[in-house]
Amino acid sequence: METSRHWRLRQQRYALVGEVCPSCELKIFPPRDICPDCGNEARTIFQFSGRGEVYSHTTVYQAPAGHTENSPYPLAIVRLEEGPLVTAQLTDLADKPVEIGMPVEMVTRKLRSDGERGILVYGYKFRPRLARAEQS
Amino acid sequence: MPENHLMKPNRPVGFAGYGAYIPQFRLPASEVARIWTGGQGGLPIKEKAVAGLDEDVITMSIEAARNALARSGVPASEIRAVWVGSESHPYAVKPTSTVVAEAIGATPHTQAADWEFACKAGTEAIQAAIGFVGSGMAEYALAIGMDTAQGRPGDALEYTAGAGGAAFLLGPAETALCTIEGSYSFATDTPDFWRRANETYPEHGERFTGEPAYFKHITTAAQSLMESTGTTPDDFRYVVFHQPNTKFPLRVGKDLGFREDQIETGLLVPEIGNTYAGSALVGLTAILDVAEAGDRILMVSYGSGAGSDAFSLQATGLLSARRSAAPDTLSYVRRRTEIDYATYARLRGKLVTK
Ligand SMILES: [Zn+2]
Repeated sequence: METSRHWRLRQQRYALVGEVCPSCELKIFPPRDICPDCGNEARTIFQFSGRGEVYSHTTVYQAPAGHTENSPYPLAIVRLEEGPLVTAQLTDLADKPVEIGMPVEMVTRKLRSDGERGILVYGYKFRPRLARAEQS
Repeated sequence: MPENHLMKPNRPVGFAGYGAYIPQFRLPASEVARIWTGGQGGLPIKEKAVAGLDEDVITMSIEAARNALARSGVPASEIRAVWVGSESHPYAVKPTSTVVAEAIGATPHTQAADWEFACKAGTEAIQAAIGFVGSGMAEYALAIGMDTAQGRPGDALEYTAGAGGAAFLLGPAETALCTIEGSYSFATDTPDFWRRANETYPEHGERFTGEPAYFKHITTAAQSLMESTGTTPDDFRYVVFHQPNTKFPLRVGKDLGFREDQIETGLLVPEIGNTYAGSALVGLTAILDVAEAGDRILMVSYGSGAGSDAFSLQATGLLSARRSAAPDTLSYVRRRTEIDYATYARLRGKLVTK
């Protein structure tokens, strides 16, 4: 993928920045400037919380170019708390099995590198929500 | 009475927020010994934290920074500097800090820079941020110390070179969770540890790393700061030092007159290893997770080459209410997935695949 495309997508990729429709308040991700629900213009920036749950998932064994060093890896469709479905890798699972409905949260991780000499591409993945230790 | 070299800004400064990050993988030191020494010899720590395949200083700094911002309640657009100290910046040329700044929403009206000074690159960024905020140039400046340290396979450093660190948002003292009473820096040209350009692994001066390097710099920095602020070890509820192994911080603490109960809260090295630029800082986050209003904290970093930054800190009444806005450091310490040496070799890119 070209460097210019990585650059244009950086904010939505790094931080789940989407849009909200000013007419019907639909939360939109990825941003597309037109509300898919009511058809009105929707350019208002919206920062998603990053929380969601696993809607569907699979494991990728035959990874595409640029991702082979990470394979096998889990890929999921995540239903964001605010509504939209997002396709992304899951990470930090260790030996935990993925389950439909599993609560997850967005983290920004290294997605791939364009070879040894190209740029490093960062973007959202989802991990099981961090369990908080109880302070004694 | 020596000259007073205490550093104090015109306007009082403190931490508006703080946040830690530690990756989940743990390599037991016994696993390194199993591969390289047949399991013989003493172990410097229990285990070290290892970054995943999709983690590096950029991604780890982003999470720590988000935690610091969450605790501060400060909008990212008010940050005027994003500074990341590390010796494992992912690029040789291209700043870590701009990616971090973009991801947390601090761009574009901000300073951004990467800092280097072995294990004290993070506290160095804090010293500079104190100046930035203390002079009135900025309301808020973000200073991060983070590393994914590498040790040559089989080297003594491979047991301890860990991954993790912390982010601190510097801001005006009136609204801070912890104020900075004063700081002091001590630096000399000391060749105890280095890595030449284009080399993957560092070299070290063997036994030279102890007395003239770690101990001399930390002891001098701590004593100078205490002298110039008129304090003694008894005035501090907690103390945290740079932690290359378990033994060094315990010994330097004892030499300075601190008790073990002042040291142990911030002593994370047995469970996460030496996180280099993040080492003293991530220890400080564990202290801030439990400190009460009025508690004094002494932090002294150490970076090879060599230098120490010492800080006298005091928790405010705002700390206890704000700290639950982000995961505490123990949550990251306890999020633990043990790996063997083979998995470690893969995660750290030690396998030749082409
Ligand atoms: Zn609409």
